[in-house]
Amino acid sequence: MGKTIAEKIFDAHRVNEPFPDTHVLKLDRVFCHEITTPIAITDLMARGMDRVFDPTKIKAVIDHVTPAKDSKTAEQGKILRDWAKRNEIKDFFDIGRNGVCHAIFPEKGFVRPGYTVIMGDSHTCTHGAFGAFAAGVGTTDLEVGILKGVCAFHFPKTIKFELSGALKPGVYAKDLILFIIKELTVNGATNMVIEFTGPVVDAMSMESRMTLCNMAIEAGGTCGVCYPDMTTVEYLWKFIQDEFDTKEDALKEYSKWVSDDDAEYEKIYRYDVSTLEPMVTFGYKPDQVKTVDEMSGTKIDQIYIGSCTNGRIEDLRIAASILKGKKISDDVRAIVSPATPAIYSMALKEGLIEIFQDAGFCVTNPTCGACLGMSNGVLAHGEACASTTNRNFNGRMGKGGTVHLMSPATAAATAIEGKITNSELFKA
Amino acid sequence: MKKFSGKVLFLDRSDINTDEIIPAKYLTEITKEALKPYLLEDLTLEDFTHEDINDKAVIVTRENFGCGSSREHAPWAFEVNGIYVVIAESFARIFRQNMYNCGMFAIELPKEKIDYLFDNYAGKDTTIEVDGDNNKIIVTTSDKSEAIDFSVGEFDKTLVKEGGWVGYADKNY
Repeated sequence: MGKTIAEKIFDAHRVNEPFPDTHVLKLDRVFCHEITTPIAITDLMARGMDRVFDPTKIKAVIDHVTPAKDSKTAEQGKILRDWAKRNEIKDFFDIGRNGVCHAIFPEKGFVRPGYTVIMGDSHTCTHGAFGAFAAGVGTTDLEVGILKGVCAFHFPKTIKFELSGALKPGVYAKDLILFIIKELTVNGATNMVIEFTGPVVDAMSMESRMTLCNMAIEAGGTCGVCYPDMTTVEYLWKFIQDEFDTKEDALKEYSKWVSDDDAEYEKIYRYDVSTLEPMVTFGYKPDQVKTVDEMSGTKIDQIYIGSCTNGRIEDLRIAASILKGKKISDDVRAIVSPATPAIYSMALKEGLIEIFQDAGFCVTNPTCGACLGMSNGVLAHGEACASTTNRNFNGRMGKGGTVHLMSPATAAATAIEGKITNSELFKA
Repeated sequence: MKKFSGKVLFLDRSDINTDEIIPAKYLTEITKEALKPYLLEDLTLEDFTHEDINDKAVIVTRENFGCGSSREHAPWAFEVNGIYVVIAESFARIFRQNMYNCGMFAIELPKEKIDYLFDNYAGKDTTIEVDGDNNKIIVTTSDKSEAIDFSVGEFDKTLVKEGGWVGYADKNY
């Protein structure tokens, strides 16, 4: 019997199996941000164990509330900053050089096929887009990861999506993952890895693959995974070119992190997605999904384009292509938050920021901020937000507010009309 | 093994997420104790009031409890309110692991048993004791008491015995 990619990564990283179905894995990366790490740091200090297993494998960023909005968030940043300095963690991204963790860490080339990655953040599943096993964990797992470089997991049962056909114009990775979550429901993949495969995924950029994997957790999944291919190699090439003579060599090496044809799956889903429509959520669970046309006309108060799901350059390009030469509705306000400084710079050079501003968008610095109702775009009671983020929980973006999850294209069209709108309306 | 017991709070809904258990705006706190007043502040559940939490030590609930964010602030918010046990039909992976990592119990029971608990004990003054050594919970009201078996992995049980993952990992890795 063959193995899935997750099984192969487990086999290559297993330290031991201290109890049945308890696999302690060696970690290649421990990512940290200022919300879930400070309590791990203060606990390690209290235990007299203020040290790290390997400062080169730990990467840290201030991203959730940045720049600090009050004394408490300033203190969280300070704890992380001081700790990184004390423990010689070179890859610490402070204010001005910081971006949303699941956008900036891949952008810096920190994730490679076959890696094990943990972070005290549920959307760590994003990094599976590189053919890695990447899982969100709590602060205690993070603390042990920082101290010992290990984490315990149960066996990674896997479900596979084989996605064939081609997405229609106006339909993106975000629409596809919303459709998949609707099919799986919010706990359909609990304790499982989700593999995204097939010609549709093969044709996707790394950005789109990250969008897919990012929302695996919304179906309960431990990690989303895409197989590494030449697209992965091209994305990583500037970081790995000293390790390999040619891109083909890199691809050959990374190809060992692909599931075997006879691997065992919990379930295989096969879809031809050629007729898939743009999708949007309603209600308070990410599996409550309808087509944009079904929800068309729903009144919106705020538009938000950004986050670890859809704040990358490709997302900004798509949104700007719809907004170019247009104004947002007088009935809404709109916010765009490029997910990293590099994305912000690219958007500036390409003239995208000007398009957003001319349309009436507020352009903020890179931060998680509004997505979880912490800063930079919190909703008032009774308001609705059209958002490119990943969670529509009750009150997520502000107490009493509603969130409709959608693609950047749909969000841009919605900004122009002031109500949920299919972006195809604005195509020539 | 330490015995956990106390009054039961029944939360009759599936998919209660960690934003409902502790809203993100309180994640700026850097002590666990500071989370105490905000437990379940955004819970969407008919007839639930915050006072219902008072003097409770055990939660009984439905499917997919603790879904969403990885925030360990959720188990901590229970812990500082004296709630060390959640019994549910199923849990989200991260929340479940966080409970055991903190040395607390996240007990899964089959749907029939959860239905039975709701049908027979919700709305009554009910106490549950967890006997971790024998994999039983003992459910008690003024007029009866009964034991219900549950299963728990050796790793999770060890974490409860050792008081959490940090101590265990420090000794063994």
